[in-house]
Amino acid sequence: MDSTTSELATSEPAVRTPLASTASDGLKIAIVGGFGVGKTTMVRSVSEIRPLNTEETMTRAGVGIDDARGADGKTTTTVAFDFGRISLNDEMVLYLFGAPGQERFWFLWDRLFSGTLGAVVLVDPRRLEDSWYAIDRLEHHGMPFVLARNNFGPPEHTLEEVRDALSLPAEIPMVDCDARSRESSKAVLIALVNHLYTLSFAREHAL
Amino acid sequence: MIRRPVDSGDPDRLYTVTNGRTRADEDAFDLVTLIVSECEPTPGMQSEHVRILRMCDRPTAVVEIAAELGLPVGVVKILLCDLLDTGRITARHPRLSPRRAQLPDTEILKQVLVGLHNL
Repeated sequence: MDSTTSELATSEPAVRTPLASTASDGLKIAIVGGFGVGKTTMVRSVSEIRPLNTEETMTRAGVGIDDARGADGKTTTTVAFDFGRISLNDEMVLYLFGAPGQERFWFLWDRLFSGTLGAVVLVDPRRLEDSWYAIDRLEHHGMPFVLARNNFGPPEHTLEEVRDALSLPAEIPMVDCDARSRESSKAVLIALVNHLYTLSFAREHAL
Repeated sequence: MIRRPVDSGDPDRLYTVTNGRTRADEDAFDLVTLIVSECEPTPGMQSEHVRILRMCDRPTAVVEIAAELGLPVGVVKILLCDLLDTGRITARHPRLSPRRAQLPDTEILKQVLVGLHNL
């Protein structure tokens, strides 16, 4: 089944594409960014299924977060997210999650995204400040990430200027991309996994 | 993409679906744990259980089940606990332990890279 173009994918009927019966190992990558930056577009451009949407709710009292509470002593947080998937081989299936960057989302990070390989921070060059919070939170959670600039037009700044503006450490890879393009989005994921490989290799050889 | 309604705004329905339970064993399932049916649905079975068993004829991730049923992930985990406890499904857990905030080893990452290059 060919799902390389979003136009095709969205006009198809809602038919589920099953995984291989040998599939046994689910992996996660999160694509984080502000509203409208192109997270779902990126998921769609590489996913073998049309992006799906689901949500998770959490009672904050249940995780020990001290907060203003309602009459029942509980505050409920709901976060919706999109996802798609890529079958990597007979056993491994990579799930891509488009994760909203807003504050309440991070309350659910541990519950939803523990065990995630790494993250892509997708930024809109016109609204760099939207990604500050996501970068801060990923660093806080010790989650490795790369930064991908989704270009909506010819870039006005070099990537190094963006790095400076975001105070991003030199070892964090940055790439330009077009989230609508399958090849470009694929290159972003490869940049992330290469970065993870470098980190993992360094750790294995430091022992 | 198609946004399907998710019924979290209707607590009564969720209460019914889960028989009033509000928490599953959080560690039992990851978002990407793959669920496989081990039996056919039987008459009288709760409709959500029937749908899960049909859907998981082939391995299906917890998060995909939630999206298909239009239910929050936490509610789906409770339903899956029922089916797991009675042996009606099996669960294939991710190799990367969610408990460990550690990088995967280079062998796993190599396989991921090969898979991505082959896209």
